[in-house]
Amino acid sequence: MTTATTNEEQAFLESLRAFVGQEATPVRHAQEPVNRPMIRHFVEAMGDENPIYLDEAAAVATGREGIVAPPPMLSTWLMVGYRAHQAARSGAAPDTPMSRLLRLLDEAGFTGVVATDDEQVYHRELRPGDQLSMTTVIADISPRKRTALGPGHFITTQRTYRDQLGQVVAEQRFRILRFRPQQASAAATSASQRTPDPAAPAPTADPARRPKPFITRDNAFWFEAARQHRLVIQACTDCGRLRHPPSPACPHCRSFNWHEVPASGRGTVHSYVVSHHPKAPGFDYPLPIVLVDLEEGTRLVADFAGDPADLRIGLPVEVEWLRYDDELTLPRFRAVGEDA
Amino acid sequence: MTSDFLSGKAAIVGIGATEFSKNSGRSELQLAAEAVLAALDDAGLSPRDVDGMSTFTMETNPENMVARTLGIPELRFFSRIPHGGGGACAPVQQAAMAVATGVADVVVVYRAFNERSGVRFGLGPPPGKTAPTAENEYRTWVNPYGLLTPAQHTAMFARRYMHVYGATSEDFGRVAVTVRRYAAVNPRAWFYGRPITLEDHQSSRWIAEPLRLLDCCQETDGGQAMVIVSTERARDLPHPPAVITAAAQGIGPDQYSMVSYYRDDLTRVPEVELCARQLWAQSHLGPQDMDAAILYDHFTPFVLHQLEEYGFCGRGEAKDFIADGNLELDGALPTNTHGGQIGEGYLHGTNGIAEGVRLIRGTSTSQPANVSHVLVTAGVGVPTSALILSADS
Repeated sequence: MTTATTNEEQAFLESLRAFVGQEATPVRHAQEPVNRPMIRHFVEAMGDENPIYLDEAAAVATGREGIVAPPPMLSTWLMVGYRAHQAARSGAAPDTPMSRLLRLLDEAGFTGVVATDDEQVYHRELRPGDQLSMTTVIADISPRKRTALGPGHFITTQRTYRDQLGQVVAEQRFRILRFRPQQASAAATSASQRTPDPAAPAPTADPARRPKPFITRDNAFWFEAARQHRLVIQACTDCGRLRHPPSPACPHCRSFNWHEVPASGRGTVHSYVVSHHPKAPGFDYPLPIVLVDLEEGTRLVADFAGDPADLRIGLPVEVEWLRYDDELTLPRFRAVGEDA
Repeated sequence: MTSDFLSGKAAIVGIGATEFSKNSGRSELQLAAEAVLAALDDAGLSPRDVDGMSTFTMETNPENMVARTLGIPELRFFSRIPHGGGGACAPVQQAAMAVATGVADVVVVYRAFNERSGVRFGLGPPPGKTAPTAENEYRTWVNPYGLLTPAQHTAMFARRYMHVYGATSEDFGRVAVTVRRYAAVNPRAWFYGRPITLEDHQSSRWIAEPLRLLDCCQETDGGQAMVIVSTERARDLPHPPAVITAAAQGIGPDQYSMVSYYRDDLTRVPEVELCARQLWAQSHLGPQDMDAAILYDHFTPFVLHQLEEYGFCGRGEAKDFIADGNLELDGALPTNTHGGQIGEGYLHGTNGIAEGVRLIRGTSTSQPANVSHVLVTAGVGVPTSALILSADS
């Protein structure tokens, strides 16, 4: 994430920052007091079995006056409810500083939104009967940042929660990113830096959620190379033989001396799996996975970028790269001649 | 070189199990204790006679906890074998070695878990397997791409085997149909009374192509135990002994856990072949001498590999060997007569060892005539193990 500023950007930022310090929306009052039925729904959904939320005697035994609400329920007490939410979606948004700020961002193309941070400070536990209200102030707007999702501005709001006596019971700093969505998927770049085919089905699963490799002193070099979009193979410095997956010694001449050599990135499918069940986070199913014979003679497992129906043993493939997150990029293979 | 020192020295004299279910409703320790007690009862022995134990490293019930639960006063020998189901037969080998060398007299082997209602192996890496160690290294090269479960790992071998030998999903399906027919007449089996047809197999959903749901073993809660003593002592106990004629372990070249994808020929399973070589050398027997077999059937394709590695048929011929009916009760090699792990239950292979004992006793629910020798194998795709059980001669 880096910052780049032009005069035009600076002017736009100043128009945004005019909103800093303003009340984003009018004071919101909770529709219901803090109450046991909503607490019960919440703890059942969350699987939280702490007895102080539902069992009066257990709560009293801890020195409390009675049951309390789970602190993470804070924002739920102030939710507007289904009917108001539907009305807001169908009708014109009320004119507030927040709506004006968002309209400015929309018009400049920053239409994407993702919540990035939520910090909460609790001053006291909430008890059944507490009647909450919330004020929201626009606290900060960042300069334009370049992010993985696209360029955008981080917007921080400061929410203050008060009880029926006006006492502050909790504070919340909530940050979102409003971003300009990229034209094409930024996740995949091919070995030859071709632009992705817009007709290809867009990946929907987030590779950041996939299981991570276990990086060790023996294999770290391979993952470092992959991060730089280089497919490499471990080579014995003494006898020259290649080996994969990496290991600290050559199984042929027992030398501990090794170096990495570049692979062409081309190979053929030795075998493959199309996985359906169980479904793990970070993958799209049916999930094709290939075992590739590289031209250099070693073999490796990787994603297959393409229709599982096109897979066959012997299919010529070439490497491209799939970014998982800032730290991790791994190879995947595509049929040779098929544009990415 | 393989010595025949161990051959015939020890025997399995007791077998016992809990019911096989999807939700046992009790602790894994209780399952272990119930199974061990049942096996001792079957052997005509008391917990006070036990002085050795062997089990899996994956077992959550340590020897001392089982011993204190059952009032087993002292253990002189205890050992654990890694690599999950691949280790299934190895605790019996451990027991036989302990008994043959006089290190222990009565060794109990057990395996108990809530594998369906608790931690399910079929859902992917178990909790806690996160340290960047050599033990977890194999996951590094497959998990980030979505190869997470044993079924997915196996599918890669199965696809290659199909390509090389022209085997089909129906060839795998015939294994499932056969073992489910055996399970259907075995009251202990999860699929008791529920045989399937090849059409049922072919219409079952994909798990990891080319594996379908009905190519996969059960997920089971339960416990299984067995008791091993010297063959000499076995002759004084109630049941005919199942003599341990051979017992072997095997790790092959460039061996990984479930994902030995980097060997030249994925249609071969060298660690299984290594077990075969040792079994034949220890026992002075060959595949033609086996009257029945318990072949580890976590997934149907590996049954084909095993038939070839043990020499029951030639390379690539397993599909024809099966289609010709050789695994049936009237075939050349009645196989998985309890219903296998596909039909009876998945006790990590230990329920198959118990079936091997029943075949020698003549008490299987699908009992072939005149059984003298039974091959019993363990998990394939991982470091593995195997046994030959024989009638006392």
